[in-house]
Amino acid sequence: MNRIDKTFSELKASGDKALICFLTGGDPDFAATENLVCKAFESGADIIEIGVPFSDPLADGPTIQAASFRALEADASVRGIFDCVRSIRKRCDQPIVLMTYYNPVQKYGVANFATDAAGAGADGVIMVDLPVEEASDWKTAADSAGLATIFLLAPTSTKERIALTAKMASGFIYCVSRTGVTGAQASVPTDLKSLVDTIKSASDLPVVIGFGISKPEHVRQVTEFADGAVVGSALVKIVADSADSAAAIEKASKFVRTLKEGTEKRK
Amino acid sequence: MSEQQTTLPDARGHFGMFGGRYVPEILMPALDELTEAYKKYKDDKEFNKELDYYFEEYVGRPTPLYFAQRLTEKLDGAKIYLKREDLCHTGAHKLNNVMGQILLAKRMGKPRIIAETGAGQHGVATATACALFGLKCHVYMGVEDMERQALNVFRMRLLGAEVVPVTSGTQTLKDATSEAIRDWVTNVNDTHYIIGSVVGPHPYPMMVRDFQSVIGKEARKQHIEKEGRLPDYVVACVGGGSNAMGIFYPFVKDESVKLIGVEAAGEGIDTPRHCSTLGLGSPGVLHGSMSYLLQNEDGQVQLTHSISAGLDYPGVGPEHSFFKDSGRATYTNATDAEALDAFQLLSETEGIIPALESSHAIAHIKKLAPTLGKNETVVVCLSGRGDKDVHTVAKALGTEGILL
Repeated sequence: MNRIDKTFSELKASGDKALICFLTGGDPDFAATENLVCKAFESGADIIEIGVPFSDPLADGPTIQAASFRALEADASVRGIFDCVRSIRKRCDQPIVLMTYYNPVQKYGVANFATDAAGAGADGVIMVDLPVEEASDWKTAADSAGLATIFLLAPTSTKERIALTAKMASGFIYCVSRTGVTGAQASVPTDLKSLVDTIKSASDLPVVIGFGISKPEHVRQVTEFADGAVVGSALVKIVADSADSAAAIEKASKFVRTLKEGTEKRK
Repeated sequence: MSEQQTTLPDARGHFGMFGGRYVPEILMPALDELTEAYKKYKDDKEFNKELDYYFEEYVGRPTPLYFAQRLTEKLDGAKIYLKREDLCHTGAHKLNNVMGQILLAKRMGKPRIIAETGAGQHGVATATACALFGLKCHVYMGVEDMERQALNVFRMRLLGAEVVPVTSGTQTLKDATSEAIRDWVTNVNDTHYIIGSVVGPHPYPMMVRDFQSVIGKEARKQHIEKEGRLPDYVVACVGGGSNAMGIFYPFVKDESVKLIGVEAAGEGIDTPRHCSTLGLGSPGVLHGSMSYLLQNEDGQVQLTHSISAGLDYPGVGPEHSFFKDSGRATYTNATDAEALDAFQLLSETEGIIPALESSHAIAHIKKLAPTLGKNETVVVCLSGRGDKDVHTVAKALGTEGILL
């Protein structure tokens, strides 16, 4: 059983839900990413998504755009991300998912990317701009490397598309909370439950909710009916606003602890 | 040319390995809806009647295929014909596509229109059509382009559009496009995104090509009327490639007609400051489709440069990528300096001030025509007029003072 499946089944057994944290790889540098990820796991994150920066992140709002540019300015390469994952694996055994856009993956070579990502210790990959229709090469490569193929679904997704996605997906399904790009929001839409129910009727995979989730209350709200919540921009912003890596790690860890209370308080 | 070449793209928008749909899931249903609507209306009698009406009465079609006699004499080779898209309302070919898409948006019940723009020509065309039909219009434009195309910014505002300055990344067309896509992802329910070139996810490359192919259909017919035969060469500038695809496409099956696209070589293709995507790029995904792309070995999109804002883009239409690989069209380039030279050449010999984009095509004509026989003919797409560029040109020539 891979780490993602194992984590979700353990959470289910204990009546808990998943807190998934997103951090941009290489922002501000890889040493910081390694420490941020390991500390976030220690502080209660169940799964961590590491963003592989892309020069044209068209599904991201200003916070993650800026983080991607900082990382690229610091020469964060795909190989650098793999090395970073390898270093994290020496220190922690929780699930790591890479989140990126299709171009860096196709340029690296779809099969090579899958092999090297799995070899470094990643457990799954999300590509924001790779819908199921274009994903057959990737699916083959990821399956043979043992990587989960995590797809996004949105409030605009039709029943047909949900069914199509359910067939291709493994690990979990990432449900986008609203039409829009990534970024912290004051509140979370209240009509998400029916979407999650529809997805769940098409797939046995865990369904997590992301985009706009920035507070423990949001985490608690969506994990009432979903299997996990993803917090990205709010965490990335803490890193961006911190004076140095040490301060970023301290503040981020504290924030992750309060977010995790959002899933635990439900119990 | 094989039948297959003119029946592309396939149902999922692929031209061989190029094209497709690489967009966030949020947009996939909207693209399906748009594809369905386009399929429904493209052969619809009423739709085409309305489009023809606006082409004729509002855009000013058909545009002339003008025999450039003095330019022909000066270059002393092939006969040169100019397809005068610069005479379209708003000063460029862009309105052909906008008219088609806005009539479609109206039928789809979308009250809000967004667009990206580089040189401002597509933005002006979109703002114009939105004024004509009373639709809300937001145009995304990089701040660097807003500065070098200030006249067009003012025109768009006069037309009632909101010009949204884009400060991310390179602050040019690439980032304006990303920002327009982000808007669409957010407001997809009530908004139609009018992409201005043969780029983006399916069905855009096909749909924009079809709306722009009025250029080539007219040019082909006009050339036959004037010369009794098909031209030997068809030449057009290529940024995203909509004027080029529009004039090429009706000639695709005419194997004897050589199709040449001219990209912007900026300061030279041996420098990093150019945007010769088909010349020097490699297959990649930007803004929703697989196509040639200027990128580094890590798949990060590279910075580009051209004196012409409309060509300053690291990607290109997927069908051009397909034509390059199949050999149906060939692609060359012209530098900033060559385009500036051609800008003056056409102004002085024909009394036509071309857009800097179109000047790249003229620059190639300057090299090509003298190598051909006097019995050969070349059709050049004069995609736009150059009023918007006089400041840029004056600055580049060091004669800025004369404008004061």
